[in-house]
Amino acid sequence: MVRSGTLILSVAARLLLPLQLLFSLFLLLRGHDEPGGGFIAGLVASGAFALYLFAYGGRAMHAMLKVSPRDLIGFGLTLGVLSTLPALWQGEPFFTAQWWTIPLLDFKASTPLLFDVGVYLVVLGSVLTAITALVDTDREDDA
Amino acid sequence: MQLAVLGGFVMAGMAPLLHRWFGERTPLVMALLPAALAVWLLARWPAIAAGEVLLLEWAWVPGLDITLSFYLDGLAWLFAMLITVIGSLVLVYTGDYLRGHRDLPRFLVVLTAFMMSMLGLVLADNLVTLFVFWELTSITSFLLIGFNHGDLSARRAAQQGLYVTAGGGLALLAGFVMLAMAGGSWSLAELTARGDALRDHALYLPLLACLLVGAFTKSAQFPFHFWLPSAMAAPTPVSAYLHSATMVKAGVYLLARLHPALGGTDAWTLSLSLVGAFTMLTGAFLAIHHTNIKKLLAYSTVMALGTLTMLLGLGTPGALVAFVAFLLAHSLYKGALFMVAGILDHETGTKDVTHMGGLRRVMPRTAMVAAVAALSLAGMPPLLGFVGKELMLESALGAEHYRLPVVVLAFVASFLTLAVAAIVALRPFFGTLRRTPRTPHEAPPGMLAGPALLAALSLLLGLAPGRLDDLVMATVAGLGAVDHEVHLSLWHGINLPLLLSLASLVLGLAVWHRWDRLRARLARLRPLMARGPEAGYEALMAGMVAGAEWQTRMLQNGHIRNYLVVTLLTLLGLVGHALFFRHAPSLDVPVEAYLHEAVVAGLMVAGAVAACVMRSRLAAVAAVGIMGFSIALVFVLFSAPDLAITQLLVETLTVILLVLVLFRLPRFATLSTPTERARDVVVAGLSGLMITLLMLSVLAGERLPRISDYLIANSQPQGHGHNIVNVILVDFRALDTLGEMFVLALAAIGVLAMLRFHAGDHEVGRSLPREHDDG
Repeated sequence: MVRSGTLILSVAARLLLPLQLLFSLFLLLRGHDEPGGGFIAGLVASGAFALYLFAYGGRAMHAMLKVSPRDLIGFGLTLGVLSTLPALWQGEPFFTAQWWTIPLLDFKASTPLLFDVGVYLVVLGSVLTAITALVDTDREDDA
Repeated sequence: MQLAVLGGFVMAGMAPLLHRWFGERTPLVMALLPAALAVWLLARWPAIAAGEVLLLEWAWVPGLDITLSFYLDGLAWLFAMLITVIGSLVLVYTGDYLRGHRDLPRFLVVLTAFMMSMLGLVLADNLVTLFVFWELTSITSFLLIGFNHGDLSARRAAQQGLYVTAGGGLALLAGFVMLAMAGGSWSLAELTARGDALRDHALYLPLLACLLVGAFTKSAQFPFHFWLPSAMAAPTPVSAYLHSATMVKAGVYLLARLHPALGGTDAWTLSLSLVGAFTMLTGAFLAIHHTNIKKLLAYSTVMALGTLTMLLGLGTPGALVAFVAFLLAHSLYKGALFMVAGILDHETGTKDVTHMGGLRRVMPRTAMVAAVAALSLAGMPPLLGFVGKELMLESALGAEHYRLPVVVLAFVASFLTLAVAAIVALRPFFGTLRRTPRTPHEAPPGMLAGPALLAALSLLLGLAPGRLDDLVMATVAGLGAVDHEVHLSLWHGINLPLLLSLASLVLGLAVWHRWDRLRARLARLRPLMARGPEAGYEALMAGMVAGAEWQTRMLQNGHIRNYLVVTLLTLLGLVGHALFFRHAPSLDVPVEAYLHEAVVAGLMVAGAVAACVMRSRLAAVAAVGIMGFSIALVFVLFSAPDLAITQLLVETLTVILLVLVLFRLPRFATLSTPTERARDVVVAGLSGLMITLLMLSVLAGERLPRISDYLIANSQPQGHGHNIVNVILVDFRALDTLGEMFVLALAAIGVLAMLRFHAGDHEVGRSLPREHDDG
């Protein structure tokens, strides 16, 4: 059902995809202090890929994404679980947040950030899994 | 020690890798682990024999008072020794029994994991730890019984074993919780010291009942005995190890361990000795019905487990000594006999003893081992089995309650067991050589080593039972009979037990002699037997399936409108009950709203109404969208930017998903009758009203201290973030978020499964390779 769209949509999607992805990363990183965070950023990124998919079709989107959306879910869950472990290393209870400052960039690295990246990947992966599954069944019907 | 057990699990996982390196020799290599543990245990023997108790402490979940502490006294030492020694022999045996088998690595993984679970079970000091290992043995046993999973009967037997033992496990868990509540500790060492307080506690009877169900299911006591003979579908090393020497003794072990804490009351004595004695008789009686050598042995194991339970029930120091001696003797001869049964099956291709004969000429060594082990089973001097049986009869004669029935049952069981021993040892090896599906040869050395060693031990320890005095004394001390002097000997002089033994010899040989005719007569009892506990189990299972089918038809029928109605009605009932009967709903709330708030609320209502009356699907979707965006506006008005952004994005993505779905749906049509629609309106209206009332009551009710104050105060200092919503999500409530991540992932998998694999599309595999050309 989903075929390559109109010229305007194609050009817009090509321009918007990087911008939207940058924006989603921005939302992700600032999420701890300003509105944003992994969930919202993940939704924005899924919106970006969905737009691209409408413009160029599922195959092109997969080529752009490089990995399967299902693998993204797996990565996200793994990252979420891994981010709980440094606390055990420090002898603190499971899930205690750990904070490190990277000196040169003055950037606060932390396990909550890692965890948020996990949320981001799971949200992105889940939405894209659902969307691509719907698009693929469409193609089956056409064939 | 804890490291050794945990390391053993790691080694179990590495079995496939080891198999790549060592090939057919892998079982031998893996046998080194239990052998090393046995050596470690032997090195601890002087301390144990001196009556010391080793407590190896190891915190696990300190917050919940759960430790991985191991507790090594005489009782644990004896069991651990049996597990490690027989475990290494079984691994060596497996090397030849499953030589060249495709799934050998899988077998080794599960068998080693079982071994470690069993070891953890008998060493654990903490009730929770013990329970975890207990369940692990049930699961590994399930996997091992179902090892030949292509075989329907093996799968059924595996399920049966799992349901019975895991069902008992649930009762056991309840019993443990009550035990910890009554005793005020999760540590077995501390609980055994508080016996008097436990026996007088109000929870004593319920906790005892739960623990007994757990122990009886595991140790195949009547009426749960039926799973054990079915479990013979497992490969023979498993039968020899799990279903005779170790796992089935876990229940008996638990009873023995709890004997000092709970034993000695009338309820304990009565239930254990009667159930034990009845199990003993059932096992011995059912054994002679069968011609399958493994079933014969399995029922005689049931008989032995019943004996052990009965001895614990009698509970006199003499009975406890008999318990230890009988336990040791049984593990040695039954392990050996099962391995011999495996050899016979392996060499002749049949398990039916009536199809074998004269094998002593082709496999003399096996015949020798079988004869020694069977003599011990029969309780003949000078084998260890004789010592065990004499002590057992003596304790039965010394019973304080129900002496006569206990003695009669013990006597009947002992002559039937003798007949079983004669059938197992004489039938296959004597008489004329019979044609069997495979041409028999002498067993390979790896398969012969295990049973030969166990049979030799039966003989040596039988000749010099005094060597066991220290061990029995240390073990009996763990059972509560501290400082009881023990002197085992072969010859007790001419006394009543000896006379009973002689009588049982005569009767047993008579049964053996007329076995074929007896079996034909017993066959007439079949219709009666078909109504036994196993039929009850089958009926229960069938009932469960029928119940599941019924509730699926009624509740899970796949119509989302029915789900909604049921969910909403349940909500109405529960919330309504709480609201009207527990709290008087109050409408006394001053409702103040600014104009713009009223407009937004009006938009929402308009959207909802429009969605219901629209005649086109696209318009309905748009109307729902209006509602969603209005909700986002509400979030903005009440300064929750994060929620507003999320709501907007979710609305957008919903539209995208709906667009994709819309094309696939059939034409918009009205399928419901006016009555159904009227019903839906009522349900929906009532739900809305109820929620409104609920919200108003919440607002009117007294203010509890609000969690948000805490969160606002601590978000920056503790969570290092100014965005409170995000700090809650990734720090304060990160565990919830992690759970929701998994829910989201599962939902995505669900969507994928629903769309990819259509109902009725049996060629699931066909659509799988597609994903690669996509990616």
